[in-house]
Amino acid sequence: MKIIHCPINGPRPLQEFHFGGQVREMPVGSQVSDAEWADYVFNRSGEPGIQREWWYHTASGTWFIAERDCQSDEFIRTYLYGGRESDA
Amino acid sequence: MPHRLLKFGFNKEHPEPRMFHAPAQLKDEYDVVIIGGGGHGLGAAYYLARDYGITNVAVIEKGYIGGGGTGRNTAIVRSNYLTNEGARFYQASIELFQDLSREFDLNLFYSERGHFTLAHSPASLRTQRWRAEVNKHLGIDSEVIGPSEVKRLVPEIDLQCGGHLSPIHGALYHPPGAVARHDAVAWGYARGADRAGVEIHQQTEVTDIEIRDHAVIGVHTDKGFIKTGKVLSAVAGWTTAITPMVGLRTPLTVHPLQAVVSEPLKPWLDKIVVSASLHLYVSQSARGELVAGASLDPYELISMRSTLDFTEGVSSHLVDLFPMLGDIKIMRQWAGLCDMTPDFSPIMGTTPIDGFYIDAGWGTWGFKATPISAKTMAATLAEDKDHELIEPFNLSRFSRWQLVGEKGAASVGH
Repeated sequence: MKIIHCPINGPRPLQEFHFGGQVREMPVGSQVSDAEWADYVFNRSGEPGIQREWWYHTASGTWFIAERDCQSDEFIRTYLYGGRESDA
Repeated sequence: MPHRLLKFGFNKEHPEPRMFHAPAQLKDEYDVVIIGGGGHGLGAAYYLARDYGITNVAVIEKGYIGGGGTGRNTAIVRSNYLTNEGARFYQASIELFQDLSREFDLNLFYSERGHFTLAHSPASLRTQRWRAEVNKHLGIDSEVIGPSEVKRLVPEIDLQCGGHLSPIHGALYHPPGAVARHDAVAWGYARGADRAGVEIHQQTEVTDIEIRDHAVIGVHTDKGFIKTGKVLSAVAGWTTAITPMVGLRTPLTVHPLQAVVSEPLKPWLDKIVVSASLHLYVSQSARGELVAGASLDPYELISMRSTLDFTEGVSSHLVDLFPMLGDIKIMRQWAGLCDMTPDFSPIMGTTPIDGFYIDAGWGTWGFKATPISAKTMAATLAEDKDHELIEPFNLSRFSRWQLVGEKGAASVGH
């Protein structure tokens, strides 16, 4: 069974989590062109390697950030947005 | 016979290659380099040679031909899509498929079964009516049928789904829906392209693409540099490893999709049955195995690992639909990569980089599109202009906000 380290609840099975997509910075809509806004809305990095992602621990309602290798499926570390950190 | 086989095995001079040659080394220069030796890439090489006389072409494949999405799908061919653009495109693909065995002189076991998309709710039935009307308008054989008709055509089905779900309200029925031997499609195109002079290089990996003044000038591989002015990336699930080489951004994210086959059974299911609510599609192969697939894995992953979660899920859904399968064993399972787009339509055609063409975003709909995508991409490469059928699928649709929302795609909840 795959285990993910929730920064609040510690190691929990994958089934308790929900994937929330890549972490991205939202530009200020009024200050960018349509093309730049479209790039933000649609485009993703999608490259093999380590990416920063949002994950949600459903049982406790915790959103947090995970750095994960999207080829080996290895969680490098998990931490709250701007807060506490836990080594995966 | 075994003696002859043994002698043949040890003989250094084999009479002729079974399907295609293995050229000893890469040439210094090709007119076109195709990255990816799946059905799409090999097919594009085949049509470039057949329709345009362009034969100085290399197909570069990192693994072995047909080893990616081409050999990992559940081999379903259909055209009952929801959008005009999609339905037209997939219908053209079916028409090519129907004639492909004859054209290759190779039996693809193309078998028209009839394709059912089950509806478990009034809302889902409404979407299917919409699909049926779009299909009929475009001359595609497609209709909505009621539960009793579903039961008549597939008597083994449990319309109540074991009571775990809401019962079957009806189905979208698409008689031309078919299954085919998917790896033979890759072999057929490979043999045809090889006979025309195209080189197929397996076990060769593209490591970089050389660009000068926004135009492709060559390709670096682990076996040396090749000069070329035209590159087609036809690598589906590995596209996100190729596009950074040319600095192209795409909306693609990659998810695995898993499938299983059961032990072989006597023939009993001559239809293709799909249920979006149960995340299940199932057909019986010519060998008697049930081939079943499900929905995408729930998070991004560029890996073809298998999970027990999936096998448990797909088995329980199979039994919901066909209770008599309770004692049947799962024989093998595997995964393929799906490069998903936000609108469930492919990304095809020219790009902002001169000489770089893309055939990607094949998500869960790549195999059924093989012949038409190969043919239209060959036209696009030869004429340096998007073929009319694939214009709506150009990568630029995202910056123009002109998406092609294809809710008729497999594994898409309605």
